[in-house]
Amino acid sequence: MASGLKIAIVGGGLAGLAAAMKIAEAGHDVDLISVVPVKRSHSVCAQGGINGAVNTKGEGDSPAKHLDDTVYGGDFLANQPPVKRMCDMAPEIIYLFDRMGVPFSRTKEGLLDFRRFGGTLHHRTAFAGASTGQQLLYALDEQVRKWETQGKVTKYEGWEMLSLTLDDHQVCRGLVAMNLQTLQLKAFAADAVIMATGGPGLIFGKSTNSMTCTGSAVGACYVQGARYANGEFIQVHPTSIPGEDKLRLMSESARGEGGRVWVPRQDGDTRDPRNIPDAERWYFLEEKYPAYGNLVPRDIATREIFQVCLEGHGVAGENQVYLDLTHIDPETLTRKLGAILEIYEMFVGDDPRYVPMRIFPGVHYSMGGLWVDFEQRTNIPGLFAAGECDYSIHGANRLGANSLLSCVYGGFVAAPSAIDYAKNVERGNTETNGIHDAEVKRQQEINDSIVSNEGSENQYKLHDEMAKWMTDNVTVVRYNDRLKATDEKLLEIQERYSKISINDSNLWATQAVPHARQLWNMIQLARVITLGALNRNESRGAHYKPDFPDRDDENFMKTTIAEYSDEAPVLSYEAIDVSLVEPRKRDYSTKKAKA
Amino acid sequence: MSTNGHIEKKRLENPPAKFKLKIQRRDKEGAPIRWETFELQYRRNLNVISALMDVRKDPVTAEGTKTTPPVWDMSCLEQVCGICTMVIDGRVRQSCSALIDDLLLASGSDTVTLQPMSKFPNVRDLKVDRSEMFDHLKKVHAWVELDGSYSLGPGPQVSNELAQERYALSRCMTCGCCLEACPQYGDGNYIGPQAIGQARLFNMHPVGKMEIDERLNGLLGDDGITNCGNAQNCVQVCPMSLPLTKAIYETNRDITVNALFGWLKK
Repeated sequence: MASGLKIAIVGGGLAGLAAAMKIAEAGHDVDLISVVPVKRSHSVCAQGGINGAVNTKGEGDSPAKHLDDTVYGGDFLANQPPVKRMCDMAPEIIYLFDRMGVPFSRTKEGLLDFRRFGGTLHHRTAFAGASTGQQLLYALDEQVRKWETQGKVTKYEGWEMLSLTLDDHQVCRGLVAMNLQTLQLKAFAADAVIMATGGPGLIFGKSTNSMTCTGSAVGACYVQGARYANGEFIQVHPTSIPGEDKLRLMSESARGEGGRVWVPRQDGDTRDPRNIPDAERWYFLEEKYPAYGNLVPRDIATREIFQVCLEGHGVAGENQVYLDLTHIDPETLTRKLGAILEIYEMFVGDDPRYVPMRIFPGVHYSMGGLWVDFEQRTNIPGLFAAGECDYSIHGANRLGANSLLSCVYGGFVAAPSAIDYAKNVERGNTETNGIHDAEVKRQQEINDSIVSNEGSENQYKLHDEMAKWMTDNVTVVRYNDRLKATDEKLLEIQERYSKISINDSNLWATQAVPHARQLWNMIQLARVITLGALNRNESRGAHYKPDFPDRDDENFMKTTIAEYSDEAPVLSYEAIDVSLVEPRKRDYSTKKAKA
Repeated sequence: MSTNGHIEKKRLENPPAKFKLKIQRRDKEGAPIRWETFELQYRRNLNVISALMDVRKDPVTAEGTKTTPPVWDMSCLEQVCGICTMVIDGRVRQSCSALIDDLLLASGSDTVTLQPMSKFPNVRDLKVDRSEMFDHLKKVHAWVELDGSYSLGPGPQVSNELAQERYALSRCMTCGCCLEACPQYGDGNYIGPQAIGQARLFNMHPVGKMEIDERLNGLLGDDGITNCGNAQNCVQVCPMSLPLTKAIYETNRDITVNALFGWLKK
């Protein structure tokens, strides 16, 4: 059944595959472009679970409470209607994955089991062991593979998007992507394009993100006129395992299952943690937040851990605290958390069932992303976005197990929205008027200049330098003078970028040219993040300025919108829709503060 | 991870200041192989990926010759995406979870050797093309057939025991270790443990079961399940500890039972 509609999706993680499945099911054709085979997308890294108020534990949970927890946890920065729609849709999304055969953990009765996660008092998180993201991604990968065998989905794996193809009226008519083996460029003409490329964690160098999470394709959209919203809201996950190459996530489910965070009461105590008696341990989260304890939202846990270490109370005086599971029966831990405990054991060498883990906060998630309306439409006609690369759901801080949900939700909304647009858009003669060829030519010239450059700068070292500045100055604690200095540094890095030499004489499957392309876009988004933070003189969710310690709803309960210009991002602010839940101060020390 | 008590991990007692990374290089598919060795600073928690990143930043061999940066695949670095699989000191595994300390301890030498997997087209250096593994999944219909993705209520009730059994198979990350280690796999005469495990995963599901004929049909030809030689290398190298030989056994049983019932139906 040829429909005549062709929709290109960039990114094959949970959001991209969710959209692809819906579009194929509606009878339309999909070109799916992904830098890696889609089954290897970053969604596999999500561990803990997916939220949905199915209310199987007799706790009186409901989508309305899920909405409340989400916008409250997000510190009142999200437009509330799409959050409500997501929370309402959540139970049926979980049921759908159940029908696809995801091996969710079960109760004795054979029903879906749910666990607790941060920022809620309810058992609302469905999980498949401790690799829920992997399992959900595989389920969609399988469904999309079925559509592939029926000719509705064509995958372009090992292709990286370089730019959008815009016509004279700034309408998106497709995109240009590069084959990562041959470096060949190809124009993908499409009636609509859906961005589903995930987050930009690589801007910070070491993060919990996969090495594919450069944000490059989204950066390209931004440079071409797409609005980027709330860039300054970067979630730093409280518990990651420091490593040479990346920070590996230690899932919130470790705390959901009873993990306790502590440091020795005595600074510099060098005893084996197992020999430190309970009375000589400081369970600082439980002490400061009796109601939520170790399950306070991520931004709060992160700042507390960061602060404890800053004040010299970290384990052995270093930037680390204990995350302790050793009071729980090892068999139970293996069953409920096996996969994530294996990760710790594999990379650190200690078995967390017997030795407390050493953890520290790490850059994890971008709440910010492409601006979209309530139907996942960006400001560029024909361009849609879904998943981590859009800004719409999580406000100033994302709750655990809401990311998998928002990815699927975003994909499920973007798909019909894109179809609707594609049905009604005026075709014109975009095939023949040369815009696709012109865009390929423009991108080829950029590649050619990268290849021919013979400067003294090393692009990987330049990336490291940017990452260090961003991590040091634009993460947990932010000061205006340092943010200003960081933007100056970014401008310097951008200047030096023109002097990089790719150091690879063999262009076949080279990673040097793609990395150079990514680096440019990362620098652009780094400026958006930094200047967004500089301009926002308040503290809200993940954005914390000691000089402006309070939330300022009057001036800043607004979406930051960045638009590209050659000099610097142009920032403006958009009021948010708080028509469903009255904004109130966040307080996780007591239950009563909750509505 | 063992469940019988805590065993402290062994570490290198007198780590060297430097170690060597010996890499098999190839400019592109079909080009000749060459070897290059790089000397690197030892650090306690270094993995193969970090070592490769060091080389990439400044690709100069131990002899001081400037060369091209080695090409390899990497993504999640948490051993869950499967992309960074290569042959390390002769054993196929993910390079992200291969710690230099462990490798030097195991080999007793000062050198870690890296090669691409040999069963797949070698794109360049350590990068291979494993798209045939995804084609296998098409062949065995590795999905649950849905009426549609719209709202139709929950799936079937399933015991937690079955869910856990399926979860074990569902963790397959299509890395290819089982195929690399299998003496029978290659030249298209055996589909290999990966696809059989995934066929089994869906044949075990109460709804997936309804499509068992399609799935088993994909395994019947000479390029299907028949040529498993029972070497059992697959279970030994599988990084996710999938019960692959069990899946092969059970799938063979399903084929026999199905053939019998198919014959009775006639």
